[in-house]
Amino acid sequence: MAVFDSVTELLAYCGNTSLPLWEAVMRCSARESGISAEESWEKMRGRLLVMEQADASYEPALRSRSGLSGGDAEKMQRQFQSGGSISGDFIGQILSSALRMSECNACMRRIVAAPTAGSCGVIPAVLLPYARRFQTGEDELVKALYVAAGFGSVIASRASISGAEAGCQAEVGSASAMAAAALVYLHGGREEQMANAAAIALKNMMGLVCDPVAGLVEVPCVKRNAAGAMNALTAAELALAGIESRIPPDEVIDAMQAVGEMMPAALRETGEGGIAASPTAIKFRQDFFGA
Amino acid sequence: MDIFDLIGPIMVGPSSSHTAGAVRIGLVGRRLLGEDPVQAQLLLHGSFAATGRGHGTDRALVAGLLGLAPDDGRIPDSFQLAGEQGLSFCFGTVSLRSAHPNSVQLTLDGKSGRRLQMTAASIGGGRIQVRELDGMPLCFSAEQPTLIVKNEDQPGSVADVSRVLARLGINIATFQVNRNSRGGEAVMVIECDAPILEQTAEHIRRIPGILDAVSIKAV
Repeated sequence: MAVFDSVTELLAYCGNTSLPLWEAVMRCSARESGISAEESWEKMRGRLLVMEQADASYEPALRSRSGLSGGDAEKMQRQFQSGGSISGDFIGQILSSALRMSECNACMRRIVAAPTAGSCGVIPAVLLPYARRFQTGEDELVKALYVAAGFGSVIASRASISGAEAGCQAEVGSASAMAAAALVYLHGGREEQMANAAAIALKNMMGLVCDPVAGLVEVPCVKRNAAGAMNALTAAELALAGIESRIPPDEVIDAMQAVGEMMPAALRETGEGGIAASPTAIKFRQDFFGA
Repeated sequence: MDIFDLIGPIMVGPSSSHTAGAVRIGLVGRRLLGEDPVQAQLLLHGSFAATGRGHGTDRALVAGLLGLAPDDGRIPDSFQLAGEQGLSFCFGTVSLRSAHPNSVQLTLDGKSGRRLQMTAASIGGGRIQVRELDGMPLCFSAEQPTLIVKNEDQPGSVADVSRVLARLGINIATFQVNRNSRGGEAVMVIECDAPILEQTAEHIRRIPGILDAVSIKAV
């Protein structure tokens, strides 16, 4: 059951109760599922710890069973550490962090779906490097996860977070919107700015199809997590600068759902369209699965 | 949607439907069998058969049969663990009529000789549905404590079972009854709001006309 059915409702609730957004999400969702605020906090904290563990447990030599994934995060890491990246350390960390988590997922490591397994790299990829750069404490990161969950909850309620239902815009796109709002929170932005960031992030990913090669959560999913993380940073920067989404967040979410409904099944996780239908992808599928 | 399904679940990758859901199917099979399985035949259908290997569906199913949870880091090593724990298994493919694309048919043999056949589907986000048990069609998610009762198809069986639950103050959330033929064998699937103790299942097994009763906790 959704805690809030619209961003408007979520912001109004924060205004009326004077609760910060993270706390409104925590209290309302805890009440809904019959647990205490303390239990909820510990549960969310546990998720942050698993994200940190997964990030730390990455092994460059690890490969997925298909052989399509692994080792790329290490390449990205080496690139920025050697001073060779175009945009420098912070962006380099975000990119390698997104690849790291997604490769962990592809290689059967323990991850936190956020909101899905296929998009699990986006949120940690912005939170963990941000925390290192600005010395953010654990409590603030847990609060940022509540902010992300709050916006995710509205998206799930009004639209979808499933690639099979609405394409990658609903998975990496939703993750990116959630991450953007969380970044705005961490950087001291107001509730409206979090909402604007989420809306901008979602708009930038609108129409993205779910087209996994051979049906596996690897290509193009892993690299799209890196793109989703960068898009979150873009949206957060714009919103923090006071730039608003010209279209209200709820209408953006509804538009995303409408686009999802227009998408043919071939572009919704069936592995039949988009990149999955390229000759190389088809050949890979035949070689790997024999069909 | 619960916020812990948006930041969560904690799971072993890569896919909630093909990996996490598959672990839960194995786990439900193990609980329904009620003992350590020593032999398992797993027949994959549809997308499970087509892409299961790349998603680790095979390892995930075996992990569940061994009692591992969907977030257990040992899932990728489940084949080796099975060897250590005395579970032998074989995989095949099957084409099931009008089944969900992510379906598997399990035949399990327990260490005391119990046998169970189950068909289950992974329906997305790690959620599952058991669709058939020992040839009897049914449908349950194992998200709540569930009692499965096999009985002779005769008047009063449903009342006898629900009376036991009522006496214990256990509220029934859903109740299904199916049978293979009139006067033949029937199965009740009772999803409850509170845990059902083994002694309750034992009590129900002693009711005349009841052939078997198994309770499983939420998976």
